Amino acid sequence: MADVALRPNRAAAQTARKRSSLHNALRRKSTVAFLMALPLILLIATLVIYPAFYALHLATLNKSMSRFVGLGNFEFLFKRETFWLVVQQSCIFAITAVIFKAVLGFIIAHFVHNIPAKGQRKWRGMLLVPWVIPPAMSTLAWLWLFDPSYSAFNYTLSFFGIGPIPWTGDAYWARFSVILVNIWVGAPFFMIMYLAALKSVPEQLYEAAAIDGANWWQRIWYVTLPMMRNIIAITTLFSLIVTFANFDIVRILTAGGPLDHTHIFATWAFRIGIEGSDIPLGASVSLFMVPILAVAAIFILRDISKRGNEA
Amino acid sequence: MSRRKLSRRQFVAATALSSAALITAPYVRGAHAAGKLSIGFWDHWVPGANKASTDIVNAWAEKEKVEVQIDYIPSQGNKNLLTIAAEAQAKSGHDILAMPTWWPHAQAELLEPMNDVMEGLIKQNGEPNGTVKYLGQSKGKWLAVPASVGSQIKGPCSRIDLMKQHAGIDVKALYPAGAPPKADSWTLETFLKAAEACQKGGVPFGIGLGETSDNVDTAGAIFQSFGAALVDEKGNLTVKTDAVRQALEFYKKLISFLPPDAGAWDDSSNNKWLVSGRGALIMNPPSAWAVAKRDAPQVAEQCWTHGFPAGPKGRYAPYLSYFWGTWSFSKNKEAAKSVLRALSQADAIEKMCVASGGYDLPCYEKLTTLKVWQEEGPPKGTLYHYPNPHNHQTLSIAAAPAPPKIAQQIYTQATLTKMCLRYSKGEAMEKVLAWAEGECEGFMRS
Repeated sequence: MADVALRPNRAAAQTARKRSSLHNALRRKSTVAFLMALPLILLIATLVIYPAFYALHLATLNKSMSRFVGLGNFEFLFKRETFWLVVQQSCIFAITAVIFKAVLGFIIAHFVHNIPAKGQRKWRGMLLVPWVIPPAMSTLAWLWLFDPSYSAFNYTLSFFGIGPIPWTGDAYWARFSVILVNIWVGAPFFMIMYLAALKSVPEQLYEAAAIDGANWWQRIWYVTLPMMRNIIAITTLFSLIVTFANFDIVRILTAGGPLDHTHIFATWAFRIGIEGSDIPLGASVSLFMVPILAVAAIFILRDISKRGNEA
Repeated sequence: MSRRKLSRRQFVAATALSSAALITAPYVRGAHAAGKLSIGFWDHWVPGANKASTDIVNAWAEKEKVEVQIDYIPSQGNKNLLTIAAEAQAKSGHDILAMPTWWPHAQAELLEPMNDVMEGLIKQNGEPNGTVKYLGQSKGKWLAVPASVGSQIKGPCSRIDLMKQHAGIDVKALYPAGAPPKADSWTLETFLKAAEACQKGGVPFGIGLGETSDNVDTAGAIFQSFGAALVDEKGNLTVKTDAVRQALEFYKKLISFLPPDAGAWDDSSNNKWLVSGRGALIMNPPSAWAVAKRDAPQVAEQCWTHGFPAGPKGRYAPYLSYFWGTWSFSKNKEAAKSVLRALSQADAIEKMCVASGGYDLPCYEKLTTLKVWQEEGPPKGTLYHYPNPHNHQTLSIAAAPAPPKIAQQIYTQATLTKMCLRYSKGEAMEKVLAWAEGECEGFMRS
């Protein structure tokens, strides 16, 4: 009987404990943060993770999607001359564009940083325009500028006795053109990130460096760059991913031509998967970006966390 | 209260009368008694052309009491191809979907057979051309119904004045309006000489060597004129043949007379070339002429659409067909077949051809002499030979006669124009052929 009499009390105590632990959990910042992020997590799971696994599944099927072929599609790709051309072009495109975007962004950020605060907002706004316009739209304008027969650039150059330059008709000029447009679109992103980082560098460090007799270059090398390293790394990683996975600029400007010399993974995957109705092979091409970007991400993020721990 | 007894004879008579009244009474149905139908049509280039399709479908829907939803899907940015791929993956979507050239074969396993529809249409409209049979049939099964909307021949559109002035060729005399062609002298040899003369005259032929369909179509027709195919109908490689070598030699000569940036041309480049007045000939359906009529009337007045030059193995012209397909998972297949029959009646086809200014081209043999092509102008008769009314050229598509699933890859990857470009840039013939053979081997994977 005593047991029976005690049981409701114990149960009540347990319920109260549970309630208080739930209450505590709900009061914890991390729980609230998790709950607030849950819709986004679900959205990502639906729109990113599911398609990613579906792409993996597709990549293991044969052309008519009726048979499991394992890594057969990847094996097939390794034997294709065009695939290696695409790998080469993707690397050239992404690395060159990211380097130039970073350098230009860094230089422009310094210029803007040195503009007096009153006029700075106007410059910042204007310099962000290429990044704010939808790339598909601005690339159409570039397409007109580079048009093989009616190029505005060639028309202008002709006044100086230069050209005509086959902007999109020659493999090397075409590569130059797509990279140039990518730099034009992406440099403002670097500029704004670097500008924010520059503004957060304590002025005392520059004063101390000046007292020590550091020149302009030494101030950049020993003060600015170390303080911006994390931002540089994160921005570079982000841009590398976006540039590697670029589609619109190349698709609109050259569609991968001439002779496949400007194809990057996304455009070639589209050509094969959608235009050529070989969805499994197209999925395999697009998945090929994953290991390359994963390696880059691991190296850069490891470097960032190492420095974070040192700090 | 009087009670009337119903005799057996009276009961039988009353029942028969009631039944007769029910049968003969008007068949009253609700507004959408026959269900719903969703259609994904190709969004036409020509302004106002979509209205003709809408009107025909609405008239049919009104009569059949079907609720119809029409989406016009543009081919700009390959939106239509993405829709086809997405619906095939999702096994859900429109009941009827417009599919360009290769897509009935690409989706063959997921399409409802249309033999019952096609049998009736062939009886009414005559046989479809060979290219439509090649693209629309598989193992005796019609995969889709050929659509007049969007179907086209990409034949030469020449400038009457410039061809006369620089090449000494009277295209109107070769292809007189209202009469069969007198084009025996219009051969690839003449074509090459004319290309050279026009290039020297500062108005080169506007033929691209890019990777889009206009470029590939022309290369396909020229290759076929030499009897050159990369893969035969049985799926055997035929890249390393004399015919292919001859076609490449011809193209190398032709390229030297084309605009220097032809390797970067897309489908809009030749249109712009004609409308700007910089060239003497392009290979296109009448859309470029129609734009010229609007933007540069003085150019349009000098345009003449005509037949392809003949090669050693015949006279070929690129025909690109659109189809209307119904998914096997469609929810209203009977209604879909019924509206496709309505859209394929001769009068409906004529309405759509007129609305598109003569651009649309039915594939049936009885429908290549509609008034629209005889009357359109200026100059009057400019479109007379566009639908190939005298069958003086074989309609074909680049990469045929290879099995369509292989041909689609050759076509999409622009293997033909790439071969021409490589060879013209100085790559050795055998190296070009070896490269193309490797590509085609890859396209054969199942």
